[in-house]
Amino acid sequence: MTNRITHLFSQQSGRLLNVYFTAGFPQLNDTRTILKSLEAAGADLVEIGMPYSDPVADGETIQLSNDKALHNGMTVKTLFEQLEGMREEVSVPVLLMGYINPVIQFGVEAFCRRCREVGVDGLILPDLPADVYEEEFKPLFDQYGLVNIFLITPQTADDRIRHIDSISEGFIYMVSSASTTGAKAGITADQEAYFNRVNAMNLKNPRLIGFGISDNASFERASQYAAGAIIGSAFIKAIADTPDLPGTIDGFVRKVKG
Amino acid sequence: MQITEQVRSPYQVDERGYYGPYGGAFIPEMLYPNVQELKENYLTIMADPSFQAEFQLLLTDYVGRPTPLYFAQRLSETYGTQVYLKREDLCHTGAHKVNNTIGQILLARRLGKKKIVAETGAGQHGVATATVCALMGMECIVYMGEIDIERQAPNVARMKMLGAEVRPATSGSKTLKDATNEAMRHWINNPVDTHYIIGSVVGPHPYPDMVARFQSVISEEIRNQLQEKTGSPLPNYVIACVGGGSNAAGAFYHYLHETSVKLVAAEAAGLGVYSGHTAATTFLGKPGVLHGSRSILMQTEDGQVVEPFSISAGLDYPGIGPMHANLATSGRGIFKAITDEEALTAGFELAKLEGIIPALESSHALASLKTLGAGPDEVVVVNLSGRGDKDLATYMKHL
Repeated sequence: MTNRITHLFSQQSGRLLNVYFTAGFPQLNDTRTILKSLEAAGADLVEIGMPYSDPVADGETIQLSNDKALHNGMTVKTLFEQLEGMREEVSVPVLLMGYINPVIQFGVEAFCRRCREVGVDGLILPDLPADVYEEEFKPLFDQYGLVNIFLITPQTADDRIRHIDSISEGFIYMVSSASTTGAKAGITADQEAYFNRVNAMNLKNPRLIGFGISDNASFERASQYAAGAIIGSAFIKAIADTPDLPGTIDGFVRKVKG
Repeated sequence: MQITEQVRSPYQVDERGYYGPYGGAFIPEMLYPNVQELKENYLTIMADPSFQAEFQLLLTDYVGRPTPLYFAQRLSETYGTQVYLKREDLCHTGAHKVNNTIGQILLARRLGKKKIVAETGAGQHGVATATVCALMGMECIVYMGEIDIERQAPNVARMKMLGAEVRPATSGSKTLKDATNEAMRHWINNPVDTHYIIGSVVGPHPYPDMVARFQSVISEEIRNQLQEKTGSPLPNYVIACVGGGSNAAGAFYHYLHETSVKLVAAEAAGLGVYSGHTAATTFLGKPGVLHGSRSILMQTEDGQVVEPFSISAGLDYPGIGPMHANLATSGRGIFKAITDEEALTAGFELAKLEGIIPALESSHALASLKTLGAGPDEVVVVNLSGRGDKDLATYMKHL
């Protein structure tokens, strides 16, 4: 079976919206509702965060959603149970995002097998280094048809970007600025220079821009420099206290996509 | 100076940054350039004779090294063996932590960094960092758990007087683990002008090796001092407490390959190893990744990091440095779990027998003497990592 992420990028090359949410937030069993609502509202990819006690790459908003989700009782095992049968309801590409320790405890192969079984297409594991991925993880990811998404930042050297491009499939996650998630808003001239520098490299993989994307203006702006963008913290804030998840999600996604 | 000299041993770091199965650099891409810069430069900078001269001069004239190796007569009589105390408590700022902060700030300066960020638990590393920042005229931000800020008020005041900005870590458990997370996040947000001075032998490679090398001055001196006092550089035992493990790494460093020397690591068992209120990582932990390296850590079945507990804020950490994880797994190290109660008793005992008030961390090392089983002619070195002034309030509660 073709991977849904690589298939999507072979069909569409612009204005793709990837929305992140933390599994188990705001309530433990909201996962499927959020997933279905995102697809219905027009999200092109969905990134589901596996909550972790020590999310060092994340800013305050996502940290708090992680804490709340863990407090609600979310675990990796529970998440897979919630995702069981999701492919009968949604066809949107699904990524799991999280930190490496819970994956190691679950067992890397068991984790990959469960991803395949429930229909997950890719992974974003920010503290999994490229060398360890290549040595220990890639064979399993390949075996179970999962793509691993790597991050690049304004400080990533060109030769490293090329190396990451060579081992990437699907897309590259272009972090817009030196920051944790949700820290800085908008796109500056320095960032444009960085996007242009990366674009001039003629990489084989498309890019999605993440960090600091929060609304239609920043989404449109990012889409000028990449295949699309990723929204996380702004979405978490939007759904934190809503009494109507599907309605709020529909409004949020439509507004961002314009 | 021996900081670049390393006797090859399976217990030292390898070229890939691992101690056996532990170590490595499990960091988000945002930190990769900084960590890579350190990795490519730390050995070269440390080998530079002008760096070594600067480092040595400060250790001698500013820190007060070498610290004495003191034969503790009455303690020796009590335990029926030959006990020597390595007096790191006599270092400027009151603990071994300053050996590392001096080394790292000199290194940061050579890398062209202008600002320093650090984490602290009990405040000893924070004070040692604030001290060297004052000395070098560099801006200093120290993250400290909100709960630790309340329970370690004197050290917070010291850091402020030294010109550092103390920022509360309000996430998670609001203690050392969370202060470390916040310091890492700060570094992610300020990658160009800032150096992160990690206070223990934890974090991504090359931190554990770099910090161990700066602390290795402890065992270098022990070897010389024992040679003078006993005619041999080799004791039968070296005992040190282990939270992250920087004082232990320094005390063990030049003995790692000397397999006749037994290396004893005292972990904090809190209210008891199986009480649910403990920091005895090697007894309860499983392999995993925390703060950038693969090591042993206390965690749930789901891989969430568990909150540690210890009377000693400096040992209140759910992980352990990768060097020590390897010593535990390989059997090279002897790990002991010391409860709060045992540590307090050992602290009071040292005060009464030798007139020395030890830090609560060091009291865990002293408590290991009881079950050591050392013979009358055997030589035992206890690394007295810090002084107990900061812990007086806790000691007084148990008087």
